[in-house]
Amino acid sequence: MKNELKVAVEDLKKRFGAQQSEFRGQISLLVGPQDIVEVCRTLRDDHGFDMLATVTAVDYWPEQQPRFHLVYQFNSLSKLMRLEVRVPLDGNEPSVDSVTGVYPSANWHEREVWDMFGVHFEGHPDLRRILMPYDWEGHPLRKDYPLGYEEVQFTFNYEEIELRKPRPKE
Amino acid sequence: MGIEQKTGNLGVVTTTLEKVVNWGRTGSMWPMLFGLACCAIEMMAAQASDYDMSRFGMELMRPSPRQSDLMIVAGRVTRKMAPVLRRLYDQMPDPKWVVSMGDCASCGGVFNNYAIVQGVDEVVPVDVYVAGCPPRPEALIHGIMTLHEKVKAEQLKDWA
Amino acid sequence: MTALEQAEVTLDELKHLISDRALEGDTILLNMGPQHPSTHGVLRLLLELDGERVVNCIPDIGFLHTGVEKNMEAKTYTKAEVMTDRLDYLNTVGNNLVYCLAVEKLVDLDVPVRAQVIRVIMAELQRIASHLVWLATQALDLAAMTVFLYCFRERELILDILELCSGQRMMTTFFRPGGLWRDVPVEFEQAVRDFLDAFPARIDQYEALLTENPLFVDRTKGIGVISGEDAVALGITGSTLRGSGVKYDVRKAYPYSGYEEYDFEVPTAEGGDVFSRYIVRIQEMRQSLRIIEQGLARLPYGPVRSNNRKFVPPPRSELGTSMEAVIHHFKLWTEGFSAPKGSVYAPVESPRGELGVFLEGDGGPKPYRVYWRTPTFMHLQALPKLSKDHLVADLVAIIGSVDIVLGDADR
Repeated sequence: MKNELKVAVEDLKKRFGAQQSEFRGQISLLVGPQDIVEVCRTLRDDHGFDMLATVTAVDYWPEQQPRFHLVYQFNSLSKLMRLEVRVPLDGNEPSVDSVTGVYPSANWHEREVWDMFGVHFEGHPDLRRILMPYDWEGHPLRKDYPLGYEEVQFTFNYEEIELRKPRPKE
Repeated sequence: MGIEQKTGNLGVVTTTLEKVVNWGRTGSMWPMLFGLACCAIEMMAAQASDYDMSRFGMELMRPSPRQSDLMIVAGRVTRKMAPVLRRLYDQMPDPKWVVSMGDCASCGGVFNNYAIVQGVDEVVPVDVYVAGCPPRPEALIHGIMTLHEKVKAEQLKDWA
Repeated sequence: MTALEQAEVTLDELKHLISDRALEGDTILLNMGPQHPSTHGVLRLLLELDGERVVNCIPDIGFLHTGVEKNMEAKTYTKAEVMTDRLDYLNTVGNNLVYCLAVEKLVDLDVPVRAQVIRVIMAELQRIASHLVWLATQALDLAAMTVFLYCFRERELILDILELCSGQRMMTTFFRPGGLWRDVPVEFEQAVRDFLDAFPARIDQYEALLTENPLFVDRTKGIGVISGEDAVALGITGSTLRGSGVKYDVRKAYPYSGYEEYDFEVPTAEGGDVFSRYIVRIQEMRQSLRIIEQGLARLPYGPVRSNNRKFVPPPRSELGTSMEAVIHHFKLWTEGFSAPKGSVYAPVESPRGELGVFLEGDGGPKPYRVYWRTPTFMHLQALPKLSKDHLVADLVAIIGSVDIVLGDADR
C-alpha cells in the first residue's frame, strides 16, 4: 500500500488502538464508537482525507454484541488513497456521535442510517426519516424486519388473495 | 343523465353524437407528464423524434392534472408516492383514462417488497396495461391505440 | 395495505430548517411537489421564498425508494444483478459494470481482455447516451426544445447498438460476473464505427445552438456557483466537481477494467457555475468518442467470459459431453456460487459522479449487504447551498445542471 496510507494507518493504530484487517487489497480499521469524531478530525487535518465518501451500516442480527457495524469510507483526492473505518455498535438503542461537524457530506448519510437501521446520531442537526414515509414504523434494513413481499396468486389461492388486495373505490 | 335526459332516446342521433364525441376525444387526448422512473425515459423517447406520439394527437404533455385527459403511470409507485398519485388522479377532470405503463406499474414488476405498490390498480382504476421493462416506444403506442379503440366503443352515459 | 391518506408534516417538525422570517410571515413556503416538469423525477422541494428569491430550499426525497438493497439480500448474486439496472436508469450499463466489478473483487475472479475492452466501449457509449438525455432535459427546461429532439434522435443510434448486442434497449444486464453474457455479434464493430463517424458533427450542432446563444449564456453564467473546497467537503464528485476546477475522475484515480491503458483527458472548467458544467459535459462526450475509438482499435480475439467454472456457467455445448460441466451447471442454477466472508468497495465513474458498491459476503450464495453509494444522493444535499439567493427560474437551471436521477438517489 501507499506510503501515506501506511503512515495514516499507523497513526490511528497508535492513538486510538484501531485493529487493522485487510481483504482483497483494501484496508479496514476497527475503532470504538467514542473515538469516531476524533478519528475523522485526524484523518481530515493530518492525513489529507478530504472527502467522506459514504456512511453506511451492516446488521449482524442475531448477534447482539455487536449488532451493527457502521462503515465509513474515506477518500483522499489529493493523495489518491482510500480507507475504511468500522465502528461496532450494540444492539439495544445504538447511538454514536455525528460527524457532520467535521464532514458536512455525512448529513444525509446519517439520516439514511437512522431511517434504515435505527442508529441514533447525537448532535445531528436534522435527524428525520429520509427515504421512508414520514410516519413509517420500523427500520426496514434490519435483518429482523420482513421483506414484505406479496405471495404469488396461483389458482388455488386466487380468491383469498384477491379479497385481501386493496382496490380503489373509483 | 344529462344529455340523454335532454335529447331523449333519439336513436340514430345519439349514436352519431357518440361517434363524433369519441372521435374528438381520441383525436386530441393529452397525456399528463407523470413519469416516475425508467419507463419515463421511454415515454419521453416515444414523444420525441423517431417514435413521434404527436402523430396520434398527443401533441403536448401537460404536467398539470387539471389540463390533461390521460395519465400514463410510467414507473414504479412507492408507498410514499401512492397518496400523491391518488390525489393527482382525483384532480383530473372527467373524462379521464389511465394507462399503466411497464411491469412495475402493472403488477409490481421485478420488485416484490415492502416499498413498492404491487400494481397501480391498487390505487387508481386502470384502462390499459402495457407490459415490458421498459416497454418499447412502439409497445406504448400500441397501448395508446388500444385505448383509442376502447374509447371509440364508449357510450355517452359513461362520462355524462 | 396502501394508505391513501398522506401523512401530515407539521410546521413544528421543520422549524429548525426554516428561518424566523417564515414564521413571521415575511417569506412564503412553496411546495415544488413531486409532480413537476422540471424536477427530473419525483423530487419534492420545499422552497422558502422572499418574493421570487429562494432563501432556503429543503429537498424531500424517498418518493422512488424501491428497497433494492433489502431485495438484493434475498436473491443470489446472479439474480440480484437484474435489479441493478433499474437504479440509475440512465446509466444501466454502468450499474451492471459496478456490480460485476464488486462481485469479481469479492470472489477474486479474472476477466478476459476482450471482455474488458467491450465493457469499456459500452460504458462509454452509455456515458454519451446519459449526457444526451441530460442535455435534452436541461435545454428543455430552459425552453430550447430543438435540442431535446436532436439529442433523442442520437440516443436512438446508441440504443440500437445496445439492442444489437443484448436484445434490450435500456435494461441490458449484458455484463455478468466474469465477463459478458455472450460475445457481441459481427455487426457490432461496423455499427459503432458508423456512430463514431456521425456523432462529432452532431455535437458541433448542439454547441452551435447553445454555447454562444446569449439567452442560454445569460441564464447559466454565474448561476449555482460552488467552489472546489465546498464541493469536496459536501462529497460532490463527477462533472459537477470538475466544473469547479477539481480534476478528479475515478477512471484516472483508481482505474478499473483496463482504463489505465487508454489515452484520454479529463476536462475541467473554472467558474463552478451551470455554464461550466455544461462545457465539461460536452467535452466529456468528445473524450468518450476518443476512448471508444481506441477500444475498437485494440479489440483482441478471445473468450468473453472467465473459465472459472465455479462462478461462470459452462457453454451449453459442453453439457452433452462432460460430467463436470453438468455438475457445475446444476450447482450454479440451483444454489448459485458462494462468496467468502469479507467486504469490498468498488467505485466507478458514472456520468453523474462516483458510483460505488459496498458488497459484503457471508460465505453463502446471497449477498449479506449491498450498499450503493450513489452520486445523486450527495448532490441533492448540496442543493440548498447551490440555490441560495437565486430566483426560482434559476433553480430550474441548477437542478438540471447537477444532473439528478431520482432512481439513483432513492434506490
